[in-house]
Amino acid sequence: MRLTKEDVEHIALLARLHLSEEEKERFGEQLSNILEHVGKLQELDTKDVPAMASIVVERSRLRPDEPAAAMPRADLLANAPDASDEQFKVPPVLDGGP
Amino acid sequence: MSAGLHELSAKQALAGLRAGKFSSVELTRAYLERIEQHNPRLNAYLHVAAESALQAAAAADKQYAKAKRSKSAKLPALLGLPIAVKDVLAVAGMPATCGSRILENFVPSYTATSVQRLLDAGVVILGKTNTDEFAMGSSTENSAYGVTHNPWDETRVPGGSSGGSAAAVAARLAPVALGTDTGGSVRQPAAFCGLSGLKTTYGRVSRYGLVAFGSSLDTVGVLARDAADAGLILKVMGGYDPRDATTVEKTPKLEKPSGKSLKGLRIGVPKEYFIDGLSAEVENGVREAIRQLEALGAKAVPVSLPHTEYALPVYYIIAPAEASANLARFDGVRYGLRVAQDDLIEMFKRSRGAGFGPEVKRRIMIGSYALSAGYYDAYYGQAQKVRALIRRDFDNVFKKVDIIAAPSTPSTAFRIGAHGNDPLEMYLEDVFTLPANLAGVPGLCVCAGFDGQSLPIGLQMLGPHFADERLLAVAAAYQKVTDWHKQAPAL
Repeated sequence: MRLTKEDVEHIALLARLHLSEEEKERFGEQLSNILEHVGKLQELDTKDVPAMASIVVERSRLRPDEPAAAMPRADLLANAPDASDEQFKVPPVLDGGP
Repeated sequence: MSAGLHELSAKQALAGLRAGKFSSVELTRAYLERIEQHNPRLNAYLHVAAESALQAAAAADKQYAKAKRSKSAKLPALLGLPIAVKDVLAVAGMPATCGSRILENFVPSYTATSVQRLLDAGVVILGKTNTDEFAMGSSTENSAYGVTHNPWDETRVPGGSSGGSAAAVAARLAPVALGTDTGGSVRQPAAFCGLSGLKTTYGRVSRYGLVAFGSSLDTVGVLARDAADAGLILKVMGGYDPRDATTVEKTPKLEKPSGKSLKGLRIGVPKEYFIDGLSAEVENGVREAIRQLEALGAKAVPVSLPHTEYALPVYYIIAPAEASANLARFDGVRYGLRVAQDDLIEMFKRSRGAGFGPEVKRRIMIGSYALSAGYYDAYYGQAQKVRALIRRDFDNVFKKVDIIAAPSTPSTAFRIGAHGNDPLEMYLEDVFTLPANLAGVPGLCVCAGFDGQSLPIGLQMLGPHFADERLLAVAAAYQKVTDWHKQAPAL
């Protein structure tokens, strides 16, 4: 199956990736080749195979739900591209916002 | 006294430190000098933490002196030992770029559990090593900060994604280094650089503080000069961590050979790993190594892992699918690069478009496609089923044999730029290492000789879940009767 330019643009939107026109063309070609290769899996009959949900050998247990100190807010905000008043700042998301 | 300190293995260096033959400051300084001399050419380290390393070394020396005065023998296991850490693991106060522009200015405020346990045992961190962006690649060519050069031949790649760690240990710019292995990223660079590279059993070592790539595949591992050194590190960093729910509370203890003899050890040689495309020199090297294991008392038998050929397609659905979800967090809000825009969605798109390199974008796209409405069952659903078949192959074989022996890679180290235009060609480099990640089993690569161009050949050993120590014991016996692992590149 070959991906069209519209397919590539749709996937890029799902993935929240801005692509240049050149990237759209190149990725369209490369992704089609990769998908063709992984299409090999369709030749196997897996009707009676249960999908693997986890590769953990032992049953994992939940740890006790005990309150503990959180990381200091200032440390975490130090890596933010934009922050003020102890909050991460983003562009307005509601119409008529500030 | 500092001349030649870099030639010591981690185990030898620790013995020297304990005996007071040299100090941790001398040892650390010897490595920092070599880094200064060779790293500009090799690009193994992205960040050198000279100042904090010397401080930690001085603190270690104080502890040694204090213990000597008070005649107490109780000292942390790795006190004063320098190590290098792959740049996908968080160390508080040091950059963690993951080889990506999107994390160029990111400095984590906390430390990965694996690294913290080593720090608690007294290690000195020399710096952070180069990696393919977000550990996606087999050559370090996908790093945003330039390729790492293979110390055995600087026109060639060191392998990847833990190529910086591998080059650092091979070039004696570190005694030992941490890597991570999601599809072969410890074992393949170990093979290309002539090292002992351990991919741990899934669930053995905590991934807390490891920047997630494929969560059902990611493991923390070690790049070392020999199996004994890898064992030293595993012993300290493994074990249950409440912060990673996949770690097991009690590590099962499996039988392992003791000492030099491998009498009674059954080795499976899977025919699916000796196929067209495997270089004759690698095949000869691996078969000779298997003969040497037999000479030590082991018995080699042919086995079959019939679904091996499907590992690559399964991996290139599951790993990108998990990556596309894990990397959704890089949105320019809480950390990392932001390209300012008036619209939120546009800000996400532009930030990610500018911050991620081509291979990461490709994998995010594949993953998003495989998980998207209408395609999920055909791709991801089917891949999870075939993954179960691959896992079953291993379970069946390990009923008959104790370990598997196979090549690590189809060829020895390839030239920088050799697979520049075709991502699929690069993916094929991992064809022998991917199955272990899909099954969650441990793998160990050791040097088994050199090809006609003096490039290292890697023998890969795989074991059942939690057979990490068994693999290390077999390798240690092999390394008692061979000296491939003692060879060092001429810089």
